[in-house]
Amino acid sequence: MIELEKVCRSFALGEARVHALVDVDEHIREGERVAIMGPSGSGKSTLLNILGCLDKPSSGIYKLDGREIGGLDEVELTDVRRHQIGFVFQFFHLVPRLTALENVELPMVFAGISPAERRERARQAMTRVDMNQRVGHRPDQLSGGERQRVAIARATVMGPRLLLADEPTGNLDSVSGRQVLDLLDGMNDRGLTLIVVTHDPAVARRADRGLVMTDGKIVRRLEKSDLAALAGITDAAGVSP
Amino acid sequence: MGVGVAAVILLTALGEGAREYVSTQFANIGSNLLIVIPGKTETTGALPGMGGAPNDLTLDDVQAIQRRLRQVQRVAPIAMATATVSRGELSRQVAVIGTTSDFLEVRNLSLGRGQFLPVGDLQRGAPLAVIGEKVAEELFPGQNPLGQVVRIDAWRMRVIGVLAPRGTQVGVDIDDIVLIPVATAMRMFNRSSLFRVIMEVRAYADLDATTDAVTALLAERHGEEDVTILSQDSVVSTLEDILGTLTLVLAAIASISLSVAGIGIMNVMLVSVSERTSEVGLLKALGVSQPQIVAAFLAEATLLSLTGGLLGVAFGWAGVLVVVSIYPDLPAHPPGWAVGAALAVAMGVGMVFGVLPARRAARLDPIMALARR
Repeated sequence: MIELEKVCRSFALGEARVHALVDVDEHIREGERVAIMGPSGSGKSTLLNILGCLDKPSSGIYKLDGREIGGLDEVELTDVRRHQIGFVFQFFHLVPRLTALENVELPMVFAGISPAERRERARQAMTRVDMNQRVGHRPDQLSGGERQRVAIARATVMGPRLLLADEPTGNLDSVSGRQVLDLLDGMNDRGLTLIVVTHDPAVARRADRGLVMTDGKIVRRLEKSDLAALAGITDAAGVSP
Repeated sequence: MGVGVAAVILLTALGEGAREYVSTQFANIGSNLLIVIPGKTETTGALPGMGGAPNDLTLDDVQAIQRRLRQVQRVAPIAMATATVSRGELSRQVAVIGTTSDFLEVRNLSLGRGQFLPVGDLQRGAPLAVIGEKVAEELFPGQNPLGQVVRIDAWRMRVIGVLAPRGTQVGVDIDDIVLIPVATAMRMFNRSSLFRVIMEVRAYADLDATTDAVTALLAERHGEEDVTILSQDSVVSTLEDILGTLTLVLAAIASISLSVAGIGIMNVMLVSVSERTSEVGLLKALGVSQPQIVAAFLAEATLLSLTGGLLGVAFGWAGVLVVVSIYPDLPAHPPGWAVGAALAVAMGVGMVFGVLPARRAARLDPIMALARR
């Protein structure tokens, strides 16, 4: 589903050029569950933005479903983001003035879907994340875990095939973090491709495989067993759920 | 924004009101009028009526006009001064106007009670007076003034009529005057020249020809051209020009406050863009295109300025109502063009100044926008 070939991304920072990604090659199959790990500044977020079509590679080729993303204009990129990709953020990014249901409706508003259909689909999405009791609440009336579930409902309401999550549990306590991860896993089981950026080995261990990044490069590829071992070490140290 | 629109509406309403006030004041008196003022700027170098008139404008001149110029329908000579009018212990300073029976029609007034000054010989000064409604109330509280005697300075005059209430006309409170025969007034005030002569011409079309005829007649009688003749029309149109310009100037001043309001909107929008960078980034991530984001912010700016504009119209209107309740004589109401233009400018300014922040919002880097909490 995802093919990256010698993808580079560099930014001009004053006179200097910062190389956030250097020659990244990777293939991700449909329905896979991939964790991206690495220290801050290693290029995880840049990679996620490129995968999410929010950013384009400076060089190299990114193909999503066989379609070369680098050659698309802004309108086509917008369309890809709208229909193919869902985003889940660490800080939820719900619009505080809108109710939970209206937040879920938001992507459909700009896609020109009729109000009645919007409402119906938003309710279904809220039911899938088990939030149908709280549709009328505003974000500040919801707990962190509930907010993240609303955000997941919003990310999936347009029926994307790729879900990108940036530290989805970074702001949650362990119980609600686990609920959110269970939810994401459930969606992955139904065929949604899931890519999670995380520091947390306990989050990473749920993935099929892991990519460890340093200085803009993928330095290690971890299999399921490696991830479990990694999590085991931190479990033993008692630093993680 | 609201303040700007309100200012435009209030100021133009005042300007228009003043203009209308002046024209209705003059319309009260009819437009076929010519006014003769002794003295001529060109001949003496002094302002008309400010002395330096080589020859008096006399009752004989008035009689000559009456007899020789057929196109003049009515002639009302005017001699005017302020005098103390008293009855017993009650006294009052009022404008005393010496004139003739034609004054009533020329000034478009009507009589409330009794009779007006008698028609007849100009030169005969009878001791008669017609008083304004207010004078009647003050000097004869609760009594019928007709047939009673008042003193004007040292002169005893019999009241034969009371004018109908009229209010102010061309700056003179008609209710607070006393009218006496012109010859009496000239003797009373010891004047040899009339203050001015008002003539009503039969047909509006004859106005210019009559002006020339009167000028020629008086030049013949005085041996030189020494009067100034104004037509009511020229005075009115000059005043209307001045007040129309004033309205425009007021509108221009007010529109400056409108553009200041526009900059205010731009600031509000810029702040709202920076406050909502993360929302803008989110919208982009959700698959909202740049034009849609621009449109959303523009819609917000437009709504802001429209709300401000409508509030301004409401406030302006309220201000006008307040002014009208304080000065009921001033027919102040905002002209339609001013309301429309103010609203249109408000919207336009709002949209123009909304574009910049909207474009800035749309260009925001979603990555940067979302990185922040």
